[in-house]
Amino acid sequence: MPRRLVLLAACALALAGCAATPRATVGEDTRLTIFAAASLQGAFEEIADLFEEEHPGVAVDAIRYDGSSTLATQLIEGAAADVFASADEPNMQKVVDAGLAAPATVFATNTLTVVVPAGNPAGVTGLPDFARADPVIVQCAHEVPCGAAADRLLAGAGITAAVDSYEQNVTAVLTKVAAGEADAGLVYVTDAAGRGDIDTVATAGVDAVVNRYPIAALSGASEPDDAAAFVAFVRGPAGQRVLAARGFGAP
Amino acid sequence: MTRADRGFVPQVLLAPAVLGLALLVVPLAALVGRVRWDTLWQDVTSPAALEALALSMRTGLVATALCILLGVPLALLIARAGNRTAAVLRALVTVPLVLPPMVGGVALLFLFGRSGWLGPALTEVGIRIPFTTTAVVLAQTFVALPFLVLALEASLRSTGVGYEQAAASLGAGRWRILTRVTLPLAAPGLVAGVVLCFARAVGEFGATALFAGNAPGVTQTMPLAIYTAFNGAGVSQGTAVALSLLLLVTAVAVLLLVRAWRPGAAR
Repeated sequence: MPRRLVLLAACALALAGCAATPRATVGEDTRLTIFAAASLQGAFEEIADLFEEEHPGVAVDAIRYDGSSTLATQLIEGAAADVFASADEPNMQKVVDAGLAAPATVFATNTLTVVVPAGNPAGVTGLPDFARADPVIVQCAHEVPCGAAADRLLAGAGITAAVDSYEQNVTAVLTKVAAGEADAGLVYVTDAAGRGDIDTVATAGVDAVVNRYPIAALSGASEPDDAAAFVAFVRGPAGQRVLAARGFGAP
Repeated sequence: MTRADRGFVPQVLLAPAVLGLALLVVPLAALVGRVRWDTLWQDVTSPAALEALALSMRTGLVATALCILLGVPLALLIARAGNRTAAVLRALVTVPLVLPPMVGGVALLFLFGRSGWLGPALTEVGIRIPFTTTAVVLAQTFVALPFLVLALEASLRSTGVGYEQAAASLGAGRWRILTRVTLPLAAPGLVAGVVLCFARAVGEFGATALFAGNAPGVTQTMPLAIYTAFNGAGVSQGTAVALSLLLLVTAVAVLLLVRAWRPGAAR
């Protein structure tokens, strides 16, 4: 049975290969897996690059961006990651309560703003227009931090918004406004900054609702030291400089 | 039953077969295992859940009706076309089937959206489709139609035109042949197609999320409600599980109903 012999030989070779390949040795990259709220995308890409420059031998894998509650659910259901940065404290708390993260620290704050497609086709001038039936209004779902913040902002202003769609994360809100499919949406000021396809409408009272962003190294981290180093880096001067440049508030 | 009646399948294949069956059944059992029975009734009868279920059933039924209206003629066209034409048409119908529904949602948005091909003209006459219940039905029809067309077409093709020719030679008109000969002969395919079509419409998520959005009572169908509740993590995840169970039970009920009614089945 020559075919079986060949198969056996192949298996033996494969096993030998595995044994001979060491896991991350000195000089070889250790890899960090980071879960971050969708609104952190621009800032964290930049911070990750700076972090890699300062820590040769550590590579940050493609960062997973999504709604904080989606990420929290994934972590609680067993997703493997080293660092979690949430857009609000309740979702971080869920992960801490599940015993998956050390107590988190707040590293940035954010506020909301009204955005409209470039040129403001529906003539939206502020939150009161959200109660009108005709413009298409989108905001984040209540379960997502930007949605919870939007609810608080609208409630504080005493406005019952005629919302046409509750999107799953802030990026989806931005996309629908930027594409002109929605006339107005509520997103973070940091999302609206520096985009040509949307305009920001000065919104009164937004400072009353502040989202605090916590970050934590996860207890299941495969590289605990590097995870802690990344958290420190985000909170340190370099990380804070990047965040401030993108419109985030200091913790 | 003798040995020969059971055919000559290699016995080793039993292992992967059982594994495959387990892969299909065990996850659903795990889902049922997660159900919190103490709050189940409260979860499935919450206004949000009932609203989502009602919307799913309503849009699913309208989409299925639309699929029958458009799909039966399309299946007839393909089944009675020449081989090469039929192959091309069948390929066109299959594309949405193999496409991720998300892509379908983007495509629908680019057709009916404000900046899409038809959007500006529709806006002119005061019609807005994205973020409405109409968008849900369109998204469901888009993803479900191929199921009905392909199932019925296969059935029509396999029955052939022999009986139709006999009926015609006896003087029956085209409509009479269609309703008394062709469709009754293809009934098993039609029923299977309609059931698949309805199930697919009710389960539709990706295209709906992108094209119709997520607003309770307007576009938030069961799958979207489940996704939103699941994202809530913690407490409201019970709602996601309860809603999933409700959808599972509905699906099984539909299947049983069809089995009972299906002509000549009742195995």
